[in-house]
This record gives sequence, C-alpha cells and structure tokens, in this order.
Amino acid sequence: MPKTVLNPPIVPPKTYLWIWIVLLLLLLLNVGLAHLNLGPFNVVATLIIPFAQMLLMLLYLMHVRYNTPLTKIFVAAGFIWLVIMVDLTLSDYLTRGVVPGTMRKTWEHGTWPAPTKELPNAPGKLDSSNP
Amino acid sequence: MADARTSTGLAEQFDEMPQQTEASTLGMWTFLATEILFFGALFLSYIIYRHTYHDAFAEASRHTKLLHGSINTFLLLTSSFTMSLAIHSAQQGRNRPLFRFLLLTMFLGCCFLAVKGLEYKSDIDEHLVPGQHFRHDLPVQAQIFWFLYWIMTGVHTLHLVVGVGLLAVIAWMARQNKFTADYHNPVMVSGLYWHFVDVIWVWLYSLIYLINRH
Repeated sequence: MPKTVLNPPIVPPKTYLWIWIVLLLLLLLNVGLAHLNLGPFNVVATLIIPFAQMLLMLLYLMHVRYNTPLTKIFVAAGFIWLVIMVDLTLSDYLTRGVVPGTMRKTWEHGTWPAPTKELPNAPGKLDSSNP
Repeated sequence: MADARTSTGLAEQFDEMPQQTEASTLGMWTFLATEILFFGALFLSYIIYRHTYHDAFAEASRHTKLLHGSINTFLLLTSSFTMSLAIHSAQQGRNRPLFRFLLLTMFLGCCFLAVKGLEYKSDIDEHLVPGQHFRHDLPVQAQIFWFLYWIMTGVHTLHLVVGVGLLAVIAWMARQNKFTADYHNPVMVSGLYWHFVDVIWVWLYSLIYLINRH
C-alpha cells in the first residue's frame, strides 16, 4: 500500500524546552514593558508579544509546522475568517460619524450626538459624573 | 482481520495510521477554527468598546490583579511545556512517562483554577461585578470592561475545566497502556486543545491585565 501521508516527526524535548524558555522570557518582557511609559508603543508591545507567543505555540507546540498542507489550510482558514470579521466590523465602527470627504467627525467617541430637534429622545452625554 | 485492526487502534475507514492521524488532526483544527471565531467575537467586542470608551477602560483595567494574572500565565505556559513532553512520550509509546506528564499538566491546570478562584474572590470583594453594587469611584463605562472581563475569563476557565477533564480520560487510558508508538491520536488531539486554551489566555493576559498598566 502506498504511503499517502507521513507521520508527524518526533520533536526532541530540547526544542520544547527552548520554546518554554523563550515563552517565559517574552512573558517577562511583556510585564516589564507594560510598566514603562512608552507612549503609543505600549499598545504595540502588548499586541506583538502575545502574537509572537501564539506563533511559537502554533508552529512548534501544536506542530502546525509539521502538518500536511491540507491541515495548514484549515488552520489558516480559522484566522482568515477572524481577520475578515474584525476588519469589516472595525471599518464600520471606526468610520461612524465621519463627514464624507473629510477626516472630521460629527461627534467624539465616548459621547452620543447631542440631542437635536429631529431626535427629541436621543440620549445625551453618557459620561455622567458618578456620585 | 477486524480484530487485528481494532487492537492497533486503527479505525476501519482508514487504510493506515498516518491517514487516521491526519484526519483527527484536521477534525480538531476544524473545531478549533470555530473556537477562534467564538473567542474572536468576544475580543472584537472588547476592541470596539475599548476604542469607544478608552479612558474608562484604562482606569477599569488598572483594577485587575496583575500578580494573579502573571502567575497564571506562568502556570499555563509551563503546563503547555509538560503537555508537549507528554506528547513526546506518547509518540515513543512510553505510557508511564506519558501518564506522569499528563498528571503534572492537570496539576498545573488545577493550580491555575485555584489562583483564578482567589482572584475572582478579591474581584467580588472589591465590588468589581457589574450591576447595582459596582464600585462608585469608577466611570459608568468601566462596567462594560468588567462585564467583558467576567465573560471572557469565565468562558476561558470553563475551557480549562473541560481540558482537565479531557486529560483525566487520556491519563486513565495511558494508565491502561492503550497507547503505542503508532497509536496515540487521542493524546495529540487533546494536546492541541490544551495548547489552544493556552494561546487564548496569552491574549487575554495581554489585553485585560497589561494594556494601559503604566
């Protein structure tokens, strides 16, 4: 009988040990950077580090690197649909209230548009001070 | 012939073991793709509300327990390491170390649950549950953050409980020497699930505990 697919290779424990060490170092880096004021780079760091950790886990611990092309396509499909969902939803939310042809917004985030005569019951500013 | 196949663990619809391995892996990834979208929707809600109520979210997230979260991240990353060693033992058909590594992985998972329990306790004590008794020194929209916190970490914890149960079954099978160097699909597939739950946690940890911490 011809061999159509191959058994996944046995990854040596040493590789797993290295991945574990790198994952923990990334955790330390993540905690460390979160306590520094890096301006907008703080958000970038808190997104890049888990992404790197995720890649290491997917490729090596979950053996995606050693999977057959068909399985790789299925793995990619899950993430591609996620990107489509996030992308289309954000393209709506992030552009709400934008005046066409300009970068100006009719209202700021965190507030609802001020009540107008056309909308007598529209809610006012949500950010009311607490008792 | 049928008996010989059953004893090797090869199901009758497959010609050979690698084919069966690929089918199970593919099946598990199909399930995990639905999980990506399930958690993805929660993360998406989080992104939208964080964008809309940026300041309230920053203030609310500073009340999360960073120490508990960091210990739990360490525990889960380590449990992924022991799970990988369990898989390595399974691939060599060594049931004894497989059993031990599975127990160790389950133990680390239970430690995670215990720390999470302590964390939930102090969250409740600090009135961080959205609703009538939510603390008054935080903006109203902070309740949205804490609502997402409870649902996201809650669903993740539920996944971990399922994972511990799953590994208990696999450990019981390993105890009975069910696995061989050829047949260890259940271990591989459970490992995928366990690592996936870890991947979700790494994102939760970064987005819930660490963003806007400084």
